[in-house]
This record gives sequence, C-alpha cells and structure tokens, in this order.
Amino acid sequence: MSKTDYLLEIKNLEKSFEGGTKVLKDFSFSVQTGEVVVILGPSGCGKSTLLRCINGLEPIQAGTILLDGQSITDGKTKWSQIRQKIGMVFQSYDLFPHMTVFENILLGPLKVQGRTREEAGIAGEKLLERVGLLEKKDAYPRQLSGGQKQRVAIVRALMMEPEIMLFDEVTAALDPEMVREVLDVILELARGGMTMLIVTHEMQFARAIADRILFLDEGQIVESAAPEDFFGHPETERAQRFLNIFQFEK
Amino acid sequence: MQDLGIRVLLEGNNMIRLLDGLWVTVRISLLAVVISIVMGILLGMVMTLKNPVTKALTRIYLEFIRIMPQLVLLFLIYFGAAKAFNIHISGELSAVIVFTLWGTAEMGDLVRGALISIPKHQYDSSAALGLTGIQIYRYIIIPQTLRRLIPLAINLVTRMIKTTSLIVLIGVVEVLKVGQQIIEASRYTAPSAALWIYGTVFFLYFIVCFPISKLSGKLEKRWQN
Ligand SMILES: Nc1ncnc2c1ncn2[C@@H]1O[C@H](COP(=O)(O)OP(=O)(O)OP(=O)(O)O)[C@@H](O)[C@H]1O
Ligand SMILES: [Mg+2]
Repeated sequence: MSKTDYLLEIKNLEKSFEGGTKVLKDFSFSVQTGEVVVILGPSGCGKSTLLRCINGLEPIQAGTILLDGQSITDGKTKWSQIRQKIGMVFQSYDLFPHMTVFENILLGPLKVQGRTREEAGIAGEKLLERVGLLEKKDAYPRQLSGGQKQRVAIVRALMMEPEIMLFDEVTAALDPEMVREVLDVILELARGGMTMLIVTHEMQFARAIADRILFLDEGQIVESAAPEDFFGHPETERAQRFLNIFQFEK
Repeated sequence: MQDLGIRVLLEGNNMIRLLDGLWVTVRISLLAVVISIVMGILLGMVMTLKNPVTKALTRIYLEFIRIMPQLVLLFLIYFGAAKAFNIHISGELSAVIVFTLWGTAEMGDLVRGALISIPKHQYDSSAALGLTGIQIYRYIIIPQTLRRLIPLAINLVTRMIKTTSLIVLIGVVEVLKVGQQIIEASRYTAPSAALWIYGTVFFLYFIVCFPISKLSGKLEKRWQN
C-alpha cells in the first residue's frame, strides 16, 4: 500500500498533561480515505485527548501526525489552515449562543475560508435540509432541542468541507429519544464515504457504522479489529471486561 | 401653603441653580464612569491572568475598595492627602479620583466575571472551525462577554451617579447641596418648599438614571432572542 493511501497517519504520538501523567503512549495508527474508525475504551483512557491532539487543540510532546501525507505537527502550517480540513463535533452543545443557526454554520465559510455569503448560503441550506432543520435556519440555539443542536453542530463542521470528521461522544449528553436522529446523520455521512473517527458509547451504533474498531486502554491501542471480530470474540481480557459492562446494560 | 412651595422653585434663578448643581453631578459621574470603564476592562483582563502576583494585588485592591465606605475614601483623599502631602486637591477632583478608584475596581470584577463565564468549549469549538485567535475574540468571545457585561455595567453606572450625592460632605456643591441651600434660604417664607425642592431633585436624578436603565433593559431584551 502506498503512503498516500492513508488520509491520516499517527506515528509514535506521546501526550502528557502538565501534571506529568502520560495519557497517550507511543501511539500509532492510520486511517484510510473513506474509512470509519470507532474508538472505544473505558473512561479516562485518552479518547478525547487523542481527537483533540489530531486537530491541535492539545499540544503533543513527541511523534508526528500526517494528513494527506503531510506533517501537520511540524509547526510549518498554521493550525487554522489545517483545522479547515478536520471537522470536529464535541459532546457538549457548543453552538455559539449569540448567533442564529444560519450564522453559526456560515461563520467558518465566510470568515475563515472567505467564501461568498451567496455560495455558502446555498450550501448551508442544502445541508440543513439534509438533516431536516431548514426551517430552524433563523432560530437561536436555545430554541433547539439537544438533538437539533448536535445536528446543527455537525452541519457547521461539514460546511468547511473537511476531509475527515472527528466525533467525540456527540450523543452522550442527549436524552435517549434524541440519540437516534443524530446517529442517523452520522450513518448517512458514512454512506456518503466520509472518513470519520468516532468516539462513542453506543455499541450497536459502533457495530453498525465501523469499518474498524480501535479499543484503547490506558493510552494504548489494545485491539484493532473489524467490528464482527471485536464484538464477536474480543481477543484480550480487557476488551471482554469492557464489553461485559455494556452487555449488562441491555 | 402649597403654592408658596412651588413658587420657591420658580423664583429667581433657583431652577437654573439646581440644573447647574445637576451638571456638577453629571460631570463628575461622567468622568469617573468613562475612566472606570476603560481602566476596569484592563483590570478585568489582568484579573483573569493566572499569575499569582497580579492575582494577589488585584484581589487586595478590590477588597480594600469594597471594605471602605465611599465616604471614608472621599475623606481620605480630600482631607488625608492634604494633610499628608501638603497638597490641596479640590473637592471635585477628589470626587473624580474616589469614584474612579471605586468604579474601576467594581468594573474590573464585572469584566473578570463576564470573561470567565464564557465556557471553555466556546474557545475550542471556534478554534476547531479554523478561526484564528483574534477572530475567536472578535466573533465569539467579545460579543458574548459584552452581552453579559452591559446590563451589569449600567447598573454600576447608575449606582455611581446616585452615590455622588456623598460629595456634599467634602464641600462640593452639587444638585442635592443646591437644593438644601434653596430650602435654607426660604425656610421662613415658604416652609413647604422642602417637599418641592427634594421632589425636583428626585426628578432630576430620575431623568439622568432612567434612560440609562431603560437602555439596559432594551439591550437585555434584544439579546434574549
Ligand atoms: N486538561 C487536562 N489536564 C490534565 N489532565 C487531563 C486533561 N484532560 C484530560 N486529562 C486526563 O487525561 C486522561 C484522558 O482523558 P480523556 O478526556 O482523553 O479521556 P476519555 O477517554 O475521553 O474519557 P471519557 O470517556 O470519560 O470521555 C484522563 O486521566 C484525564 O484525567
Ligand atoms: Mg472523552
């Protein structure tokens, strides 16, 4: 496989916080274009930190991250440039509360990419339509339900036409009845061929959407397997224990 | 009796004198408010720094100003400075100094509060969109900070205007003092003047403060949706 077949490559990444504890240890993995990787692991194992490192929200201590075969961690390219290619949606509802839905999703295209309001506006309406929220265009975030907010947050990230999307437990703060509508949007993105890294605790969703499961524990990859294999017969005891917790929930 | 009272108000140049007094009040307040807002914004930003030295110093300043009654501060500057350094500061200047010290401290605390009330993920999610540091402040942080700050700042401004009535006690002739002088002068000819004069003074404070708090209400409502 030639090097450029990987959209995202992470090599020997080391990440620790000021307190000194190492969160990610000699962490390496790669994502192919169009691949959907679901990251699972117990709380505190470093899933969020990994995603935040990939788009530069956390400084790293060692290692390299390559996007399209180009290093994004050598300091040569500005993060504001790189982040346009990496969409991210967080667990917390993080829409800008002083802007309408439409202003929220146009901010990036207009101010960061310098696109015209007309062109971006058309793209924005199309995407809102796709997630079923066109009629909420002029609403303010506080007038939306949690599920609607997260769908707008996804649209806001998609507006930048990213090459890869990072999702960090985007349904964890939602009421159960709203989880589905958000997951459906992500499923549709997967069908459309979007490359994605997804952190979630929704096991059925993970199984349905993933091309590959990455199971993390204590800042290291413990298993990397196809979903059928991981859920069917996890190799390590840690993964078995982790999955048992979720079996119990059903 | 009542008609005598109202006559005092219209007599001679009494109304002009009252308005002159009001102008003194407004002049002092305006100066102190404008300086306090500028200094307070800077102070508030300094207060959010993690540096322990600036943290301690700004904390001491704020607590000192809060503990001291404004009247004590006025005396401290007006009489104390004169005694200690043998300089004479006019009553009006003393008032501006004291109200600026007070306003800056309170404004600084409001700015600090507004700044730290912006959740961290607002910074993260705007950075994740590719906005630069300056753009994040311009489009995300400052607009949200102002929305929180302005109603509180306006409340502070009206409090400052009202508290200027204390400066009578260091000899500044402002609106309330003028009112008292007029009442004194007509104590025997028109005993009911007090009601009319104080009523007018009340009204004058009202027409200064009401539009300000009205504005605040309007802004709050506009930003609600
Ligand atoms: N800003 C920070 N400063 C110091 N330590 C941090 C910081 N953020 C995270 N950590 C620590 O790093 C470790 C990994 O945290 P992270 O948030 O990546 O875990 P996670 O896998 O996303 O967990 P969860 O499933 O609970 O979201 C944890 O031990 C956490 O306490
Ligand atoms: Mg997390």
